Amino acid sequence: MAQATAHHGEHEPTTTGLNHRKMLMWAFLGSDCMFFGTLIATYLVYKNRSITGPLPEDVFSIPVTTVSTFVLLMSSMSMVLAYAALTRNSMKTFRIWLASTCILGATFVGFQVYEFTTFANYEHKVYCADVGVKELTPLKQQLAEKCGTEDEHNGVVEEVVGLTPRTNLFGSTFYTLTGFHGAHVTLGIVWLLSLFFLSFKKGMVTPEKNLDLDLAPLYWHFVDIVWIVIFTVVYLFGVFPGF
Amino acid sequence: MTTMAFPIPRPTHPTGIWNWITTIDHKKIGVLYGVTAFILFLTGGIEALLMRIQLAGPNQDIVSAEIFNQLFTMHGTTMIFLAIMPLSAAFFNFVIPLQIGARDVAFPRLNAFSYWTFLAGAIILKISWFTGGATNAGWFGYAPLTSVQQNPGTGIDYWIVSLQVLGIASLAASFNFLVTIINMRAPGMSFMRLPLFTWMTFITNILIVLAFPVITVALIELYFDRSFGMNFFNVARGGDPVLWQHLFWVFGHPEVYILILPAMGIVSEILPTFSKKPLFGYPAIVLAGAIIAFMGWMVWSHHMFTVGLGPIPVTVFTITTMAIAVPTGIKVFNWMGTMWGGSMDFKTPMLYAIGFVAMFTIGGISGVMHSMASSDAQQQDTYFIVAHIHYVLFGGAIFAIFAGIYYWFPKITGRMYSETLGKINFWITMVGFNLAFFPQHFLGLDGMPRRIYTYDASMGWNLWNGVSTAGVIILAIGILIFMHNIVKSWRKGELAGGDPWDGRTLEWSIPSPPPEYNFAEIPTVYDRDDWWARKRREVRRGVPVAGGSGEDEHHDIHLPQPSYWPLVVAIGLFIGGIGLVYPVGMYAISMVGVFIGTVAVYAWSFEPVNDPEEGEQAAH
Ligand code: HEM
Ligand SMILES: [Cu+2]
Repeated sequence: MAQATAHHGEHEPTTTGLNHRKMLMWAFLGSDCMFFGTLIATYLVYKNRSITGPLPEDVFSIPVTTVSTFVLLMSSMSMVLAYAALTRNSMKTFRIWLASTCILGATFVGFQVYEFTTFANYEHKVYCADVGVKELTPLKQQLAEKCGTEDEHNGVVEEVVGLTPRTNLFGSTFYTLTGFHGAHVTLGIVWLLSLFFLSFKKGMVTPEKNLDLDLAPLYWHFVDIVWIVIFTVVYLFGVFPGF
Repeated sequence: MTTMAFPIPRPTHPTGIWNWITTIDHKKIGVLYGVTAFILFLTGGIEALLMRIQLAGPNQDIVSAEIFNQLFTMHGTTMIFLAIMPLSAAFFNFVIPLQIGARDVAFPRLNAFSYWTFLAGAIILKISWFTGGATNAGWFGYAPLTSVQQNPGTGIDYWIVSLQVLGIASLAASFNFLVTIINMRAPGMSFMRLPLFTWMTFITNILIVLAFPVITVALIELYFDRSFGMNFFNVARGGDPVLWQHLFWVFGHPEVYILILPAMGIVSEILPTFSKKPLFGYPAIVLAGAIIAFMGWMVWSHHMFTVGLGPIPVTVFTITTMAIAVPTGIKVFNWMGTMWGGSMDFKTPMLYAIGFVAMFTIGGISGVMHSMASSDAQQQDTYFIVAHIHYVLFGGAIFAIFAGIYYWFPKITGRMYSETLGKINFWITMVGFNLAFFPQHFLGLDGMPRRIYTYDASMGWNLWNGVSTAGVIILAIGILIFMHNIVKSWRKGELAGGDPWDGRTLEWSIPSPPPEYNFAEIPTVYDRDDWWARKRREVRRGVPVAGGSGEDEHHDIHLPQPSYWPLVVAIGLFIGGIGLVYPVGMYAISMVGVFIGTVAVYAWSFEPVNDPEEGEQAAH
């Protein structure tokens, strides 16, 4: 019996032998490349063009973001393990890895929320001994002018200058780019969670019917790769001037 | 998941209006697209008519300057996004599955979703006339005209949201058609046997997939500036309005090819059919289309020659723009080669197709004129550009769309249009069009800027403006005759039969209108122009030509069932979008939209198959 309904698309013979939905996913990812490409392009065009601080050097903490990047990369690994477990038909292992993927993803988003709130209320520190010795960012130079006044305590000037999307061009471009990335991760988590709960219903997620588990990892890995680009271009290039 | 056992059953064999609302048949969706887009085309036409009446003579004040700004902005946006693109989509829908020998598109429900989302976007744009003023910053919405400071009303916001919603519709449709064309070709239908219209659709959809995200991001940035006080295009905070221009035209130039490539595909179907000759240089046309699509990404700054980019970029973009005229020219020569020596039959579709070749060539030539930056300095932002865009978009895209409507009308409706009315329609439109737009070349070279709401009598522009307005009125009469012809013939035209034109491609091998399942048996393809070749083969062998006649009902063909959910998701998008226009305190409305959309997406995913005839209860 010919099964030509949308549901059974996966069983339908196709011209190329490739599955319809998988091909759609690839087309979508191509489109999404242009989406992130444009956001990154905007970020780069406006790099070093903010009129006021804070700038990347003022707020970024490479160690923290390295940890969150590591967490996200690990989620890709557990995604692979989940998929492998499903093809072996060991549902229990599958669920464990799928859940860990969600948890790791959520941890990454948590890091991002933490980062955003820290940046928005950032307390900058200037060591007055550094003035004239080390190279200071424009914002720190500005704050350093308070050295020697009553604002200096124990050789340090401290002041809160938050970075919000409105503060400067860096804020607008940074939050928009990373925010949309975070939204992609969040959507991925929702998708994976749906699959997780579905897997408890008999016959919904099986090695033969694992298509969604072919598409979701594709999406998930893509979003991870985008983050590697963002981490390099925005964070590393932002802090290490040699890049 | 509570949604898993969703209680609402799937519609089975709905009738009347529900039939249209829940349909996921590509042919019906094609008709929905076509009729809706044509109505929107008329609204854009009315906007144009008002402008032309205002400009008919000097120093008139029939419409105010502010309304005039809204008119030209809405006219441009309407014609590009609500008329030409969806009219092309109507053809994609109706024709592509038939041409490649498929029973439907790859994702029938997604296809319905595209249509309803397009409708939602169109309504969002059009209601802005009634909510305190439509957008007024030009169809390319240059910063800083679109900033909140300059433009505090909601017009710009409606425009942004509407374009975003339309973008979703276009992207969904493009994903769908790409997969359909790659993956649902009949056996033997290799890429180099694809009908030209299918080829051009394929290329167009690649362009949409890659170009729309760019405008999506630009609009997001603009929206964030307006609603959340961000700095993307805010000069006071270091933002750069020229970035908007780059982003817009990186999208905008591929967009003009998105508008013209389907038209080129339509014409490449019609010319061979009515010349009784295969298309001249099929591989060259295909390759030229691909090259145009590729090079279309390298010319965008020709819209920005007068911005002050510096000599190097201006030179580079001059050269690339001139170069892109080469593949365009190749196509024109191929079309002429197709007609050359053919036994031409001047039916209405053929007249429009020839009209297309001629008018498009004029537009191409004026394009090459302003590809030269030094010469463009004179022409930028004058009526010369208005003349160019109308020769390529009206004389080009719209003529081809009319050609396509006449050509496939018998296939869509099963009835023949009136040839006499068709010919009258063509000639009146042709004369009106040239009267309306050719004089605009003179006005432009004489220095008349575009987008001015009136001019002084002493400028010397009176005559040609008067002629232009007269031309538009003639053009409008032509369109009325067209509508009369279509409506009348749809109701009681003569029955057309399956293959009235002695057609070449597979859609002509089945009855008109096609049965719901299109092909009783999926054909096997042996040739380019397979149906044409099959007819010749079978005549040679003395076998009666099959197809083109009514066939038995085929009960064993299982078609996808109708569904409510595409419409519901689109309603969610509509409500969510409206909420975005009024950020303060109204995000609640957006949340309602998001909620409806999310529920519907889940319901969609778990929708059961419950056709009683099918007798099986599979839920994905
Ligand atoms: C031979 C090919 C073509 C060349 C060399 C060409 C060149 C140009 C140039 C240089 C401009 C900018 C003029 C200015 O603003 O000063 C322009 C504008 C434009 N072209 Fe073309 N063009 C060509 C074909 C087309 C086609 C096929 C279409 C659409 C179907 C098209 C649609 C437009 C539109 C809509 C604008 C005006 C945008 C605006 O300012 O509102 N052109 N063209
Ligand atoms: Cu262009």
